[in-house]
This record gives sequence, structure tokens and C-alpha cells, in this order.
Amino acid sequence: MRIPTIKDDRLYTKEHEWVKIEGDAAMVGISDYAQDLLTDVVFVELPKAGKALEQFKPACVVESVKSVSDVYAPLSGTVSEANSALEKSPEAINGDPYGAGWIFKITGFKTEETANLMDAAAYKAFIATLKH
Amino acid sequence: MLLKTPLNDIHKNLGARMVDFGGWEMPVVYTNQIEEHHAVRKAAGIFDVSHMGEIMVTGAQAFDLVQKLVSKDIEPMQDGQVSLGVLCNERGGIIDDLTVYKFSPQQYMLVVNAGTAEKDYQWVQQHAQGLDVKTENISAEITKIDLQGPRSQEILQQLTPADLSEIKRYRFKEISVDGVSMTVSRSGYTGEDGFELYFENTSAEKIWNVLLEKGKPFGLVPCGLGSRDTLRTECGMMLYGHDIDEDHTPFEAVYGWAVSEKKDFIGKDALMRQRQEGLQRKLVGFEMLDRGIARQHYPVYFQNEEVGVVTSGTPSPTLNKNIGMAYIRPALNIPGTAIEIKIRDNLAKAKIVKLPFYTRPSRSEAF
Repeated sequence: MRIPTIKDDRLYTKEHEWVKIEGDAAMVGISDYAQDLLTDVVFVELPKAGKALEQFKPACVVESVKSVSDVYAPLSGTVSEANSALEKSPEAINGDPYGAGWIFKITGFKTEETANLMDAAAYKAFIATLKH
Repeated sequence: MLLKTPLNDIHKNLGARMVDFGGWEMPVVYTNQIEEHHAVRKAAGIFDVSHMGEIMVTGAQAFDLVQKLVSKDIEPMQDGQVSLGVLCNERGGIIDDLTVYKFSPQQYMLVVNAGTAEKDYQWVQQHAQGLDVKTENISAEITKIDLQGPRSQEILQQLTPADLSEIKRYRFKEISVDGVSMTVSRSGYTGEDGFELYFENTSAEKIWNVLLEKGKPFGLVPCGLGSRDTLRTECGMMLYGHDIDEDHTPFEAVYGWAVSEKKDFIGKDALMRQRQEGLQRKLVGFEMLDRGIARQHYPVYFQNEEVGVVTSGTPSPTLNKNIGMAYIRPALNIPGTAIEIKIRDNLAKAKIVKLPFYTRPSRSEAF
């Protein structure tokens, strides 16, 4: 397997979501490792704006040709916006997981919950422990 | 401990993603499942399907045994012919679907699914008792590679002195490919022209590599079980353990054509009774109208009432829509009927369509 790109400017979960906090919004997507594992993403069921999220509980769903996978909320809060471009181009999650492939934004999150997340170095070490 | 085919190392060296498929460690995708799918529709692909089972039936009563086990009448089969068929239990339930290769009235090869091979062999052995026939499970010695796609003949022709145009659809010959003697049929599980190659394990890597090398200029790529699944679904071909199993009969599935009324076989009484009494469910094709992909076990609704269950569902790379198969009430099996598939918490609109979803263009249209 190729070595996944891990960006230093955000935090990660054990379920392979990333979250990038910019002001009062936290942008969420899945990591390069996760998109590679999923293979071709062909469908994203986006969360509706206003949906209440609980940390590490399912927020929405991404599907590859063969599989259905939950995307977990990295932080509790409220969905403020979903990336509707993914309805037409779900493959952006594969092509640009940290940019155009972002999935939703959370507002009203609790900053103290970031203590339960991993930084890039910890996430790198974590995926190195996973058998593949 | 997962079972491995003789090509296991090759798959890993090619960077394939390996998965557990019925106890076998098999490649699901090499680079990109959708590209592998399109390669088979437009050019060619090779699949390692050595996990599948081969059972040889040999002897004076070989015909009698196969005729008793398989639902289809094999009497009209000629030597060198391949036929699809179904093994049924006494209740008419499908033990397996298979292909029958007739070498002679005294020799047949049954090609069966990987997950059912052991069960099938026991069933064959059990019914061979008292007959002048020898049964042999040769699965572990045989490598099976499927070469599929419109460029298949051109690719394989470079490697054999045999004239492949003489092997017609659902026929086979024993020929030499790159110096290796093998059984080659013009058949497959993708809906495209192509060949299934059976030969001894000792030549597995050599044949795989030479097919890759000679096929590359034609656009051939190695294909995993992922694309095999989308290819077969587009053609409405059933997959054992998903669309068919021992709790479903050939009539409920799309195997009614493989049931003979003329001869006796195991399960016939139950099947004839079922046909007289009428079916309670029927396997049908559908396509999604709303966004969303139907998956196995999702419930099917008609006018807010649950009327069935999805057995296979996938995006169709060729048709660019989401398709699937489901068992539903037979009365609803009318193309165009509006149904809904329950996807998580939502009811997504779909409609019944005729199977197969995709048929390859005929030669005259293609050229």
C-alpha cells in the first residue's frame, strides 16, 4: 500500500476523519488513508444543516462501489453546512480528501473535546499500528 | 488461515487489495474497480478465479449421474459443449449453480462456486453411490483464469496454434497456450466475449504473466472480484449466497429456463408442485430513480407496504445508474412498476426493469 499523506494542520480520529478548526467552524473530511481504503467513493449521503452531532457518533455515510461506511463526528456540535458539490462529484473525496473532498462543517463545538483527537504525528503512529 | 490460489504472490506484487472471499484470500481490486470494469467492456481483463471448484465425473454412468443432479436436460449436449445448470435439493432449493463441460458421455466436468465446492462434492459423491462412475474433486490442482472482453480472442490467438474462431460460444477445446495444454471454453461471467482457461497449477504464473504481457497492447488489465461483481450484476447474472441459495428455487430466481420437465432429476417433484401452486416471490431487476445505492438485505416497498428484499445492488459503471436485484411479489414484476427501497431511514424511489440491465452490442453493431 502506498504511504498516505497526513496533513499537519488538522486533527484526526481513530475512525480516520480529520477536522480543521477555522474560527468558529470546524471543517470535517476523511483522511487520505481512509479514502484509499474505501477505494472509489461513488455516493455521499450528506448530513442536513442543523443536524445535532455527538462526538464519535455517526454523522453521515460514504459509499464505494462495494461498501457502505459511516463518517463519525470528530466533535459534538451542529452541522452548519454540507459540501453539496459531493452530490455531483463524490470522487473529490478520493482525489482531494483534505481540500475539495471536505464533507461538512460543525459549529457550536466544544473546544475541550479536541483533547480526544490525535494530532498528525499521533495519527501517523496510529495508522502504522494497523495491519494492512 | 485463508486459502490461497497459486497466483497469490503475483496479486500482492501487483499491489492488489486482498480480501477474504468465502475463505479464500482473493484480489478485490488492483488499481481502480471502475477502470477495471470498463477495461472488460471495452478491451479485456483477466481474473484469477482458481478458488472455484472443478469436479470430474468419469465412467460408464457419468451421463446418468449428471442428468440426475442437474436441473437442465443434458441429453442434447454435444461433446465439447458447456451448459449452465443448477443443482437442487429435494425441496427444489438451489444447492449451487454451475457449468457442465461435456468431454464425452463418459466424462463431464462440473465447475462450481468456491464457497459451495466442498458441499457440492459431497452431494455428487453421495448420489454416485451404486453407479458405475468415479467422482473426483480436482479443484486444488487446477488454476482457472478468465480472459474476458471484446479483445480476448485477438490476445489469446497470439499464444496458440489453435484457431480460436472455431471455438463458438459455450463450446470448449483442449488446446495448447504458450506450450501449456489446457481446457479453454468461450464463456464467462461478465456478459462479454471471452474465454475460461483451466490448466495445472504448475503453469499458473507463466500463463498469467504471458497474458498480461501479450494483452497489454490491447488494453488488457488484471481485474479483481470487485469488477467481476459489477460486470455480472449488469448482465443480471446471479451470485450464489446473494441472489440464490438453498431457500430459493430456480423458478423464483431467473433459472426457470434451466429446469427440464422432460427428465427426472433431484428436486423436480417439488419444483413442478411449486409451479402449479404459483410463486410467492420472484427475483427481478430494478433501477434507482432517487439518489442512493440499494444493497443486499435492504427492504423493498410498494405503496408503503414491504413486499420484498434486495439481494444485489451496485452502481453500474456502464449504464451510469444504480441498479439491483430483489425478490418481490411476482404480481409486481412488471417493468415500470414504481417501488421504493428503504435505504437507512429513507424510502428511495426505484422502478422494476427487465433483466438483463446490459447486453453487449452484437458484432455487426460493434464493427
